[in-house]
Parts: sequence; structure tokens; C-alpha cells
Amino acid sequence: MTIIEEHPANPAAGDADRPIGYGRLQRKEDPRFVRGKGNYVDDIVLPGMLHGAILRAPVAHARLVSIDTSKALAHPGVKAVITGQDLLGLKLAWAPTLSADVQAVLVTDKVRFQGQEVAFVVADDRYSARDALELIEVDYDVLPPVVDVRKALDPGAPVIRDEIEGRTDNHIFDWEAGDKAECDAVFASADVVVSQEMVYPRVHPAPMETCGAVADYEPIDGTLTLYETSQAPHAHRTLFAIVAGIPEHKIRIVSPDIGGGFGNKVGIYPGYILAVVGSIVTGKPVKWMEDRSENLMSTSFARDYIMQGEIAATKDGKILALRTNVLADHGAFNATAQPTKYPAGFFHIFTGSYDLQAAHCKVTGVYTNKAPGGVAYACSFRVTEAVYLVERMVDILARKLEMDPAELRLKNLIKPEQFPYKNKTGWEYDSGDYATALRKSMDMAGYDELRREQKEKRARGELMGIGISFFTETVGAGPRKHMDIVGLGMNDGAELRVHPTGKAVVRISVQSQGQGHETTFAQIVAEELGIPPEDIDVVHGDTDQTPFGLGTYGSRSTPVSGAAVALVARKVREKAKFIAAAMLETRPEDLEWEKGRWFVKGDPSAGKTIAEISMGAHGTVALPEGIDGNLDAEVTYDPPNLTFPFGAYICVVDVDPGTGHVKVRRFIAVDDCGTRINPMIIEGQVHGGLTDGVGMALMQFIEFDAEGNNLGGTFMDYLIPTALEVPNWETGFTVTPSPHHPIGAKGIGESATVGSPPAIVNAVVDALAPFGIQHMDMPCTPARVWAAMQGRPRPPI
Amino acid sequence: MQISMTVNGEDITREIEPRVLLVHFIRDVLRLTGTHWGCDTSNCGTCVVLMDGLPVKSCTVLAAMADGHAITTVEGLATGAKLDPVQQGFMEEHGLQCGFCTPGMMLTARALLDRNPHPDDGEIREAISGQMCRCTGYATIVRSVKWAAEHPAAQETTGEEVTA
Repeated sequence: MTIIEEHPANPAAGDADRPIGYGRLQRKEDPRFVRGKGNYVDDIVLPGMLHGAILRAPVAHARLVSIDTSKALAHPGVKAVITGQDLLGLKLAWAPTLSADVQAVLVTDKVRFQGQEVAFVVADDRYSARDALELIEVDYDVLPPVVDVRKALDPGAPVIRDEIEGRTDNHIFDWEAGDKAECDAVFASADVVVSQEMVYPRVHPAPMETCGAVADYEPIDGTLTLYETSQAPHAHRTLFAIVAGIPEHKIRIVSPDIGGGFGNKVGIYPGYILAVVGSIVTGKPVKWMEDRSENLMSTSFARDYIMQGEIAATKDGKILALRTNVLADHGAFNATAQPTKYPAGFFHIFTGSYDLQAAHCKVTGVYTNKAPGGVAYACSFRVTEAVYLVERMVDILARKLEMDPAELRLKNLIKPEQFPYKNKTGWEYDSGDYATALRKSMDMAGYDELRREQKEKRARGELMGIGISFFTETVGAGPRKHMDIVGLGMNDGAELRVHPTGKAVVRISVQSQGQGHETTFAQIVAEELGIPPEDIDVVHGDTDQTPFGLGTYGSRSTPVSGAAVALVARKVREKAKFIAAAMLETRPEDLEWEKGRWFVKGDPSAGKTIAEISMGAHGTVALPEGIDGNLDAEVTYDPPNLTFPFGAYICVVDVDPGTGHVKVRRFIAVDDCGTRINPMIIEGQVHGGLTDGVGMALMQFIEFDAEGNNLGGTFMDYLIPTALEVPNWETGFTVTPSPHHPIGAKGIGESATVGSPPAIVNAVVDALAPFGIQHMDMPCTPARVWAAMQGRPRPPI
Repeated sequence: MQISMTVNGEDITREIEPRVLLVHFIRDVLRLTGTHWGCDTSNCGTCVVLMDGLPVKSCTVLAAMADGHAITTVEGLATGAKLDPVQQGFMEEHGLQCGFCTPGMMLTARALLDRNPHPDDGEIREAISGQMCRCTGYATIVRSVKWAAEHPAAQETTGEEVTA
């Protein structure tokens, strides 16, 4: 295993090795987790707490004829049964989505996907609540469903959203980026054009902890405390205020320890709202935790893009242009979570890492009788789909030109001197040194040797594949002049207090789901103030305790909130200078900073540490005019641009010619996330994303039958890679700081999930080259691979 | 019905409904919330505890089936402030991120090391292959277990309890 790190691999060697700032550092959150003392939503028990359970629709499309809850209400453990009719009375039957649509909280008129919420039972315990679901009698009038997205816009297709007045079809939006005329002109005169349709199938983030909430409504003073699995507690509070009509200052959202998010916990699901309604109705706290099938069948899915791609090039391999038409399945409600202006997320970064003359994309979003969602699973607002498209197209082009795919990429990557690089769909890439990263990955892989080995194996009839992908991410959303979610600017706050003894607390608006914010953000403050990370507490996940901000998704914590934390620490440092000057009886401009203290220029012995300054600030030092008696500060950060992490991945697979089974033998990942804070955490983020890639490329998808039955509703059917399906990851890095981020950091949370699927598929298709296979859709299951091998068998296999 | 068992070395007796799953018994009755629940189908292994020293998925064991047996949960791994080497290894080698699968992973690792003190990578991967982790990609879990194998004497913990 190759691990390249700038810090030694033994973090426990003692205080001397502990970085005051950036570097490998054990996580501050781990002591509680290894003792089983984490505090997840389902661990919360409040006095008198009741349990909720949701009755879900067994069919995909049906009129709700009648619902009889009398038997359930007669169950001795049941305290309440809530139906859509009850919610209509409360004006809560429909809730706004994050994409200017509405979503049914409980069905009032029509079931629109299998697993949709029909009724909510509140009972003394979780078993009674489940028992009572069996006692609710519902009569459905089943309707033909829209399952195949390609038929959703057919004339005569059943209209899913017929509750919207005047709606006669299932069309949601058309969205374009790039210059179509310019692009068409380049295509018309190109030497070589290749095209390919590819499906990025519906998948699901499936964090180990499902979604859930504990709602505690206090009727006397009208306060709501809501513990929930939320990646964005502040945004949720504002939305709850708008949806439920509870004043925002009366709402406290607590997002405690979260068992993985990956975008699954961004949206507000009906279950959260129902827990609140249940608490209001019963006057008791109500817990709702979905089970795994509910999670897979009803909460935010990801992807589901059918992409028609075309790439144009000269015959010697200069890529000229890329264009695509996308059919996007958004399910029954348009509930994708992305900045308002971008209904296809950031898909229009599909030009990838290449210097093109033209590009154009058109995305058409449609309704189907499936669960809502679409932006989730570490996708960086659909950069996953974009990278998959361009990296598959480049590989297909390489095959057509009979060029090595690495050589073709090296020939076309954006060059370091071209940054900041403006692409053809409007993005301004901040910084990059792409060829260096690709060459590094090839060196680590031993690329030429692998190709030699492959040639030998092919001659023997063995199927070995080598796949490359090069990706550019666009993360850290985002500048408020361009980006908002339901009207909320995508900025984040940070508050820093240095206590009199020099210990500190930093309060942040983003929320960890395992990324290690309590460590990373302490390290940022430590680097800026020169006090040890263990002396800095990071508070997050509680709207009563933290400043406003939009939360953790789209790899935005370090790019946005990390910047806020660096800047608030600098503000404190600057304030400390004035107090130090007063203490040292000198002028602020005569002081110089070294990590942890201000001292008099030319006289290093005359200085004050941050702890001394803080004691002075809170003590009796005569403070300069305009400086108040604390060492605190707050900021809200509005990023000037997004950040653009990138990476070069190489995957080596062996395909069993007898069974079609794909074994990922090696995976080499070189990532550049700009300035690195904690290499251990970065490596962990990359490993997790690579495993996602193996899942998506080889085993995961949520499929439906012709009636709209979800065929991926359990972990028996929706497969998660285990330790036996993934290799020992080989990771490396380059460092190209972001020029506009205060510490140069770019973010790493989703890079590997975005970048790895095409590397794996490219490797599988490469392995199957003897069969003349140009493309295979994910997941490359043994059955699909085997079937592909039957199509055009060629010697020697 | 009445059941008795030893949980983390302590004898307990409780009155339960016969249908109660061991995972719910541990979490809801005994209030030991370090054992988590992740699926309904015995696939994910988040709920693994040790029954008489062997890993079992506690969502697939009735509490009644544990009657008369010895159960170890994550809360029983450490001895006072002294962590099990497996716990220390997971902190040293970043074997956890969100922490949700971690208790089950650590208990399986403990059971593995008890019968095979020096497992190789393949044996570790095989041992944890009934358990899913969505964060780590497993390589650091493998390293964590190896760290524990190489440091069989548990270390005094220096990690402070952190509350957020």
C-alpha cells in the first residue's frame, strides 16, 4: 500500500509530534465513539416520549379511495393516528421542496410512488406503533404508473401531478448551458465524432444510520425542540418556521452525532414533519426512526440521468467539443437539493478537465412514479454525472482514435498557465496542475508495466482492464450573488471566543456526519492562533449554540465554513495585537506575530502569548479606545468563487471470463484538495468515496419493475461493498492551493465518489476490449458483464 | 417472560415480551446505546455484539435466545479508563468516521484477535465481511485491527471525553 504523507504514521508518539495547526492528529470525537458513547438521534430518550411509525403505500400510483383508522385507534398502545385529511386541516398536507415544488407530507388525493407516506401512528413504544400500522385499512384505486423515464413525456402518459391546475404532462424543466450554435459548428467540421448513450442509474446514499427525529413541542411557551438527522440544521429551522408557522426563535434544531449523511440528510422528509405534528397533537415528545427499507425506498435517491453524449476531436487527438442531452428522472416531486438557479445542479461542469473550444448541454427533468430526490450521495450537486459523462466519452474517443487513454488525456488537460481557466459553460476554475497529478498516478500505478502485463494476459485469454479517470470538482457553494437554496444565501458563520485562560471555543454553522469537524476546525484555529487543538472546542449541530449557515453537503464545510473559521481566528489575532500593545506599552504597528504570540519587533523577549493577552483582555488591562474587554469575534463568510479540487485515478480490474465477476485488484488515487489540514482525515474521506465508486460501478442500483415496485428496498437487493470487494487503496496527493480561499483549502469530501466510478467502468470496458465492447452501463454486475461477453465473442476467448 | 443473562460482566434479569429482539433489549431496556441498528435483514452488522465471545447480529437474535448467555457490548470493551487495544487501534489508525458501525466492527475484531492474535489482512477482511461501513472504505479498519494485534497490552487512555 502506498501512503504518501508529510507526517509520520505514528500519531501517538507524544505531544511533541502533535501539530499546533495542520498535520496528522487523532480525532477529538473518537474517544466517545470507541466507547459507544456517541449520541445519535435514536439514542435520545425524553421523559414521556412516544414512538411514531409511518404507513406507506404498497403501490406506485393510485387514487386514495378511503382510509379507516378506527381499529388502529382502538389499539391499547396507540395515542394518535394522523392522516392526510388531518394535515389538510392544519395546512400541513403539502410542504415546499428545495426546488420550488411541493411534496405531500401524507397522501391526500393520490399515491405517487411506492413507499409514499399515507398515515402516521403515534404509540407508547415502537412495537405497538408498528403493530397498529397493520390495523389501518386503506382502499386504493390503482392507476397505471409512469416507470420508464423515456416514456414519461409520451402523449397520453398518465399525468402524475394532476393536482396542479392546468398540468397536462410530466415535464418539469428544460435547462441549457453553453453555446449550442458554436458547439454545433465545431462538431460539423470535426474530423472525428463519437457518440454514446449512457445511464447513470438511480442509486441511494444509504448511510448506516437511517433518518429520524425526536420532536418535543412545549405547548405552554410554544417552543419546538427537534432532534433530527440533519446535515443543515439552520436551513431546516428556517424552513420549519416557514412550513409549520412556528416562529423561528421558538425553534431549536439539534443535529447530534450523525451516522453518515452523504447527502441523504439534507432535505426535510415527511417523517420529520410528522414527528412534529405528532408531538403537537399528543403533547408528548415523539420519536420517529425509519427502517432500512423506508430509507432506501422513500428518502433522497441520487443520479438517475440518461445521458446522450457526443465528443468531437481532430484525428490526431485534440478534443474540440462535447455536447449532451440528458433526460433526468426526478421522481414524483421535484425535491432535488441544489442552488436555485441550477435545476441540474452543477452538471454543466461536464467539460471536465479539458481545454475545449465549445460545449453545450441540455437537461430535461421529468416526473415519474418514483421517490423524489436526485441530488445526494456525495455528488457535489451532480458533478458525479458530469465527470462520468466526460470521462467515459474521452475513453470512447481514445478507443476510436486508437490512442492510449492516458496519452489522450495528457494531450488535452488544461495547462497550469491557463488558470484561472474559464470553461465554455461559465465556470472559472481557480487553480490546477493537472498533468502533474496524472503523471504521479501513472508512476504510482506503474502504468507502462501494467499495459505490458495486460498485453501478455490478453494473449493468454485473461481479461485484465486498466481504467483512468481525471476529474475536476466544483465545490464550496457558494457566492451569494449566484447561489441560494430556497432564498437562503449559501454562506456560513463562525464565532470564536478565547476564554481568559487561553482556551477557546469556536462555533460553526456546518454539521459533521463523520468528517471530523471537531478536529479539523480546531486545527484551523490552532494554526491561526498558535494554541493547541486540544485547547479548542468546536461546537456544531445546535441552532441555539451556533451562528447561521447552510450546513454540510456538496463538500462545502472546509471551503466555506473552514474559511469562516480561519477569518474569525485572524480577527481575534488582530484584536489581540491591540491588547498586546497596551500590555507592552507600545504601538500595535511595532508588534510582530509568531505562531501563538505578539512580540516587539527587534525584541523577541518582549511579547505576550494569546493566553496572556486573553487574560489581559478579560482582566484589568487598560484597553485601547474601541477595544472591548474580551477576545471574541464573529464572521460570516461569502466565498468569492467555488473551489475546484481535482484528481487522477487509475483502476486495475480482473474479469473472470467464466462468470463475469469483476475484481478490483488495485486502485490508485491522487487527489489535490489544495492546502491539506489533517492528512489522516483526508485519506479517510478519499477511501470512503472510492468505496462508493466500487458500489456504484459494480453492484448498486435502485431498479423498478413495470408496476413501479421498488426492487432495491433492502440491503439484500441494494448492495453495499464489504471489506472483501475493495482493495487496499493506494493514495497520493499533490497540493495546488486555491488562490481565493483564506488558507488555500479546496475540500475533499466528495472527490473520490465523483471521480472513481468512471475509472472502474473504464477499466471494465478496457478488460472487455477483445469483445469489441465500447460501453457498459453501471452497475457492471457479473450478469451484465457475462452477457456483454456473449455478444461478440472473439478469439482467443 | 423472564430472562437472565450476563451483560458486560453484570448479571441481569428482566421481564420482556417474547418477541423482543436482542438489539432492542440492549438499547431500549438496558439503555446501552452503543449498540446500533442499521437494517432489517441481517446484512449490515451494525448491531453486532458478542454472545459467549462470538459475534452475533443482535437484530437477528431474540432477547429470549440470549437467556443464560454472556453478552458483551461496546460498553464492555474498556476496563475503566483502560481501553481495549482494539479501541485504541481504531483511534490510532482512523478506523472510524461517523462512528455508527464502529462498535460492531470493534467487537468482531476483539473476537478475531481472541482466537487469532496475529491475523493477516485477508483474515481481517474476512472477519469483518459481514459488516458494512459507508465511511472508511475498510482499509483503515484493517490497519486498526493490525495495530491492536501489535499492541496487545491495552494502553492507558489519554483521550479526554469530548462532548459536543
